[in-house]
Amino acid sequence: MKALLDWLDQRTGYRRIVRYSLYENIPGGARWRYVWGSTLVFTLTIQFVTGLFLWMAYSPSSQTAWESVYFIQYEMTGGWLLRGIHHFTASVMNVLLVLHLMQVVIDGAYRAPREFNFWFGIGLLLLVLALSLTGYLLPWDQKGYWATKVATNIAAIVPIVGPAIQKLIIGGSDYGHHTLTRFFALHAGVLPATVIVLLVWHIFLFRRHGITAKDPKRKPDEYFWPDQVLKDAVACLAVMATILFLVLRPWLFNTGEDLGAELAAPADPSETYSAARPEWYFLFLFEFLKFFPGGYEVWGAVVIPGMIMSVILLMPIIGRWHLGHVFNMGLSISLLVGVALLTYLAMTQDERDPAYQSAVQEAKRNAARVRELAQAPTGIPPTGAVSLLRDDPKTQGPRLFAKHCATCHRYDGHDGTGNKLKEEQSASDLKGFADRDWLTGLMDPARIASLHYYGGTKFKDGRMVRYVSRDVVKFFAEDKEKLRKVILALSAEADLKSQQATDERHAAAINEGRKLIASEEMRCTECHRFHDQGEDPTGPELTEYGSRDWLIEFISDPGHERFYGKRNDRMPAFGKDRLESHAIGLLADWIRGDWFETPGSEAAVRSANLRGLIPKPETRNPKSETNSNASNK
Amino acid sequence: MDNSERLQEPARRDFVKKAGSIVIGGLAGAIPTGAALTVFLDPLQRKGQRSELVHVASLDSLPSDGTPRQFSVVADRTDAWNKSPRVPIGAVYLRKTETNQVIALNVVCPHAGCFVEFNSSRKVFSCPCHNSRFSLDGAIADRKSPSPRALDALEVEIRNQSEIWVKFQNFIAGHAEKIPVS
Repeated sequence: MKALLDWLDQRTGYRRIVRYSLYENIPGGARWRYVWGSTLVFTLTIQFVTGLFLWMAYSPSSQTAWESVYFIQYEMTGGWLLRGIHHFTASVMNVLLVLHLMQVVIDGAYRAPREFNFWFGIGLLLLVLALSLTGYLLPWDQKGYWATKVATNIAAIVPIVGPAIQKLIIGGSDYGHHTLTRFFALHAGVLPATVIVLLVWHIFLFRRHGITAKDPKRKPDEYFWPDQVLKDAVACLAVMATILFLVLRPWLFNTGEDLGAELAAPADPSETYSAARPEWYFLFLFEFLKFFPGGYEVWGAVVIPGMIMSVILLMPIIGRWHLGHVFNMGLSISLLVGVALLTYLAMTQDERDPAYQSAVQEAKRNAARVRELAQAPTGIPPTGAVSLLRDDPKTQGPRLFAKHCATCHRYDGHDGTGNKLKEEQSASDLKGFADRDWLTGLMDPARIASLHYYGGTKFKDGRMVRYVSRDVVKFFAEDKEKLRKVILALSAEADLKSQQATDERHAAAINEGRKLIASEEMRCTECHRFHDQGEDPTGPELTEYGSRDWLIEFISDPGHERFYGKRNDRMPAFGKDRLESHAIGLLADWIRGDWFETPGSEAAVRSANLRGLIPKPETRNPKSETNSNASNK
Repeated sequence: MDNSERLQEPARRDFVKKAGSIVIGGLAGAIPTGAALTVFLDPLQRKGQRSELVHVASLDSLPSDGTPRQFSVVADRTDAWNKSPRVPIGAVYLRKTETNQVIALNVVCPHAGCFVEFNSSRKVFSCPCHNSRFSLDGAIADRKSPSPRALDALEVEIRNQSEIWVKFQNFIAGHAEKIPVS
């Protein structure tokens, strides 16, 4: 063994290298205050290792970046942990950098001959900030997309060359594939390579000039190995524990958030994102910009930060004089206090801003929903995940309803998104439209003229209301039973997802109901067309009433002869230049409760329970249970 | 500062400190490394797509003289995060035999996975990479063939008298036995 090592040493000189790196003299012995540099090397190493392995699963293009990060986060074993460590180590690293820098300033470790090492250190700080900034965009989610837009737009503020710089950074005039390829090349290539060069030089200079020993020396000199290494190792483990704590925080405190780093919905330039904020360590710059009125941003974004940076770089020169050192310490502390204050301001403002808070909630909802859709059997299409939310009735329906329908209609008493409106509704409440409950209410003499149905419209005095309040009100038990079947049959025309199981179970009653609708006895076809019955209709057609096609055509043109014709009361023809057919389809699907829910998920079970899809305990029998389970899928 | 005269290994008095440093430092480093390796090894526990019968062509499209024809196999494909409905996932040679049966051969050479071509003048399948040659029924046609086994025959089913359905599958190259890729 000894001979082998001698052989190796003669050819590589490894012993000298090992000795040089391990047996560094530490005047006054190992101390806890010397661990910060090592923790930074440690965190940087974590970033290199975790980053390299994330790289193996990451795909930088606007159609695959979010998708590949989603896959890492939710599909690959341990992916959430790896990404979480990478994400939170970045935060921890920024804190450690500031601690390291403050220690250097306070101890005056920047003084001759260590000026260059100070400057390399500042360079490293800026590089790490640049790494954080570029890394924030790479998941290509709404959060990173909109926050980074702010950063790159600031680049365009720079006089004369600004727009060109911006174009070079984002790889074109707008965000796209090349923004990602460039940011990724910066994040995983250019910046880390520069960091390595500067860091090696930084450590080399540190060894050349030796540690800045803190007087008084309390102990005799010791070596780096193992005395200081032990302390460094303990500090690194503490840092790692902190990072792990941050990754596991949602689990430890049961906050209901996902473990690891957040992944918002895929970037969508057509979708507002009011929850856009930079990472917390950039919040102070974000807040600082608020103080500069239009036209003066360049002061807040470039000139003042640039001046402060220049003074920081001059610290080793200023520090030559005793008062200069005092000035440096004062400046650093006041900068730190300023940054803390601005960060605090930004955070408390957001905390007290209900608009921001609801934007955050919506962002979380969208993130959870898009994840659910990505995990659906249809999965993520090759064109990318951005269409998942755009084509999702559950996401788009409420927004479209609030914007286009809620001026007159209501949905369960609100505007679709949950907001109660002050104005009284002037048209029906469409929650559960065409389902059995909704139709039962419509045929109820006590309810048909209420605001929930026709109360707000001119149909309040129309023939339907007259029929229900004069004829239906006098129904005996036998007629009531017939009406019940009519309602079952009419509701079955809608072919609602929520009633699939019950419609199947009640097929016989529905068949009778169909005949009743067509018969003269129930008088439906006096005013409505139903399949081949109803000669001269004045009310809306009942064939496939409430089905997807029926509803789309109704929303597109309620004044069509099939529906209200000339009697149409104020409802606009949305198909005529008001809404695209895609949007009308989403509205129809949403009103009909037709969207994807993960089978067995809480939402799926809840909606099934509400609509009687799952039999109530007393009526439960094995056969109907298997039926409802089958149709639930 | 030059302290070369002090650069000599101290005695083993520091054993506990040394061991402690290595264990504690190793633990700190093991956490991110472990997470990284777990993700790296993720593909090992992923199963490939299950092979199912796929409608490839109709009987009429095969020449009755027994000449093989190449068809793409179109099926739903899952590629990491993407689900693509009905895309080409591979290709097969279909051929009508003398007894009017249909045989299906995977186009991939069992030697190293190149796309085998059909040479119509010599009536053999030949691999453009390492010159493996296979006869019309897929058997090795050359004693010096680098391929360890015949072309991979696939299960065929004729439905409705005219539809050719093939159970499309890939097999691990380089082995004498047919081992399905999973």
